[in-house]
Amino acid sequence: MGDAWSKLSSAFLAIAVFFALILIVFFIAGRIRGRLQTPLAGIIFLGPAVILLIMGLVVPAIRTIGDSLYNASGKEFIGMANYSWVFETQTDVLVNTLLWIVIAPVASTALGLTLALLLDRMKRESISKSLIFMPMAISFVGASIIWSLVYEYRDPSQQQVGLLSQIVMWLGVQDPPNWILWSPFNNYLLMVIMVWIQVGFAMVVLSAAIKAIPSEVVEAAELDGATGWKLFSRVTIPMIRSTLTVVLITIMIAVLKIFDIVRTMTNGNFGTQVVANEMYAQAFVQFDVGRGSALAVVLFVAVVPLIIYNVWQLRKERAIR
Amino acid sequence: MSVEAHEVIAMPQPAKESIPEAARRKMSSPWASAVVVLITVIWTVPTLGLLITSLRPAADAQNTGWWTWFTSPAVTLSNYGEVLTGGATIPGGITPYFWNSFAIALPAAIFPLILATMAAYALAWIPFKWSTGVFFAIFALQVVPLQMALLPLLQMFNLGWSIGPIPIFPDLNKPGSEQSLLAGTYIPLWIAHTMFALPLAIFLIHNFMAQLPRDVMEAAKVDGASHFLIFRKIVLPLAVPAIASFAIFQFLWVWNDLLVALTFAGGTPDVAPITAYLSNIKGTYGAQLHLITAGAFIAIIVPLIVFFALQRFFVRGLLAGSVKG
Repeated sequence: MGDAWSKLSSAFLAIAVFFALILIVFFIAGRIRGRLQTPLAGIIFLGPAVILLIMGLVVPAIRTIGDSLYNASGKEFIGMANYSWVFETQTDVLVNTLLWIVIAPVASTALGLTLALLLDRMKRESISKSLIFMPMAISFVGASIIWSLVYEYRDPSQQQVGLLSQIVMWLGVQDPPNWILWSPFNNYLLMVIMVWIQVGFAMVVLSAAIKAIPSEVVEAAELDGATGWKLFSRVTIPMIRSTLTVVLITIMIAVLKIFDIVRTMTNGNFGTQVVANEMYAQAFVQFDVGRGSALAVVLFVAVVPLIIYNVWQLRKERAIR
Repeated sequence: MSVEAHEVIAMPQPAKESIPEAARRKMSSPWASAVVVLITVIWTVPTLGLLITSLRPAADAQNTGWWTWFTSPAVTLSNYGEVLTGGATIPGGITPYFWNSFAIALPAAIFPLILATMAAYALAWIPFKWSTGVFFAIFALQVVPLQMALLPLLQMFNLGWSIGPIPIFPDLNKPGSEQSLLAGTYIPLWIAHTMFALPLAIFLIHNFMAQLPRDVMEAAKVDGASHFLIFRKIVLPLAVPAIASFAIFQFLWVWNDLLVALTFAGGTPDVAPITAYLSNIKGTYGAQLHLITAGAFIAIIVPLIVFFALQRFFVRGLLAGSVKG
C-alpha cells in the first residue's frame, strides 16, 4: 500500500499547492484597492485559463499545421507532400473512416430513437435506461475487451468461447470465421462496439426531446386521427428534428476522434485502419512528425464543419423555443 | 467517458404530464415493453460475459464458453489475485496503474474546474472591452481535436519552449541528461488534461454564471466587496451543483482516456493509468482471457460505481450541458 499512498499523496499535494497558490494570490490582490482592482481581478481570474489555452491548444494547433509541411524529423520543408501521401496512398484508411462516420452514427441514432419512443410508452423505464446507458461510463478500451470476448475465435471442432461464433453455430453455420481477421466485415463488427456505447447517449437525449414535445400538440394530432406511424412521422420527428441532427453529428465527431477501439482490437490491421489510429501510429510508433501532423490536420478539417453545423442547429433550436 | 462532442444540448423542462398522457402511459403497450426488455438484455449480456469469464478458472475460461458456467459453475478469485499483483503469465500487476489512474484523474478534474470557474466568472461579471470576443474564442477552441495539440505539447514538455530568448515553458532537463525532470511524474498529464478540458468547462460554467441574480451581485459591489470576496463568498457556494456535475464528467473522462495517457505517460507503472495498461496487455496477452477480463473489470468498476451512484448528476449534466469530446 506504500505505493498507493505515495501516488495518492502526490496528487493531494498538487491539489493542496494549487489551492494554496490561488488563495494567496486572492488574498494579496484583494488588498489592493482603487482603480487597479478591477483590471487586476480580471487578469487573475481569466489569466491562468487564457495562458493555458494559448500554450495548450492555440500554439500547438498552429505548430501542428506547420509541422505537417515538413518531413518526418521536422527538419526539411516538403510542402504538401504529406497530404499527397494521405490522399493518394491512404485511400483505404480514408474510405474506412468514411464508412465509420456514416454507419455508426446513423445506427446509433436510429436505435436510440427507437428506444426513446418505446420507452416513452413504458411505465418503469429507468432500469432499462440505466443499463443501456451504462456502456458510456466505461472506457473504450474496456468496451473493446468486452467485445473481443464476444468475437473470440475457436476452431469449429473445439468448444466455442466467443458468443458470436456460438450463436452463429446454433443457427446452423458450421464454420464460423475468425471474426476480427475477416475483412471487410470486421469493420462493421468494430462499429458495433461504438454503437453499443453510443446508443445510450442517443436514447437519453432523444428521450428528453420527445418528452419535451408539448402534450397539446400530440393531443391535437391524435384528435385529428394521427396514430402510430403517422403520429411518429408527421408530428414527433419534425418536432425533434434539430435534436436528431445534433445527436447524429455529435456521434460523428466522436467517431472521427476515437482511436481506442481500433487500436485495442486490431491496431488497424486486417483492413480496419482509421484516420485517428493512423495518426497515432505515424506520430508515436513511426515517429514521423510530418505525416502524423498531416493526419491530425485532416481530422481537424473534417471535424470543424461538423461542429459549426451543430452549433448553428443548436442556435436554431433555441430560437424556436 | 467516451463520448465526444462539445455541443450544448440544452433541453427544456419536460412538460408536466397531462391526464391523457398519464393515462396513455398506464395503458402502455406490452409489446413495446417486451422489445425494450429484449434490447436491454442484449445490451447487458456482453458485460455479463466479461464478469463471468473473469471469475472462472483459467482452463474453463480459455476452452469453454462463459454461458456454460450456468450448467457447471466453478468460481475462482485467483484471476483477480494474479492480475492485481502480477504473476507467472503477466508480470507486473494492475495495482500501480489503478492508483495512477486515481492520482491522474483527481487533480485533472479539480484543476480545470477551478480555473474554468474563475474564468467564467470573469467573463460573466467583470466587464471589460474584449470579454465577448475572448469568450467566443474560448468557445471556438472546442473544435480543436486533441490530436492537433499532442505532438507540439509533448515537445514542449520535453524540450521546453521559448520565443527567442524568452523561455515560455522552461526546458527542465535533469542535470547532465537529455531527460526532462517532468518525465516519470504526473505533471505533464495534469497540465495536458487541464488544458484540454478548459474550453468546454468554461463554456458550461459560463452558462451557469450568466444566470446568477444580478441584484445580489450589484448589492455586493455597492457594499464595496472586491471581486475576490464576491467570488469566494457568493459565487462559489452557488456554483457547487454545476461544478459537481462537471467534476464527475471530467473525472470519468480522464479515468477512461487513452490518448493523452499514451502520449504523455508512455506505459510505465510509475505514471501510466489503467487504460494504457489494459490496452497493452490486450495486445500482448490477448489469449489469456481469464486475466484480461479480470483486468478489464477492475478498470471499469470505478466508472461503474460512479455512474450508478451518481446517475442523476450524470444525466442532468448530459442534458443541461454537453457531452465531452
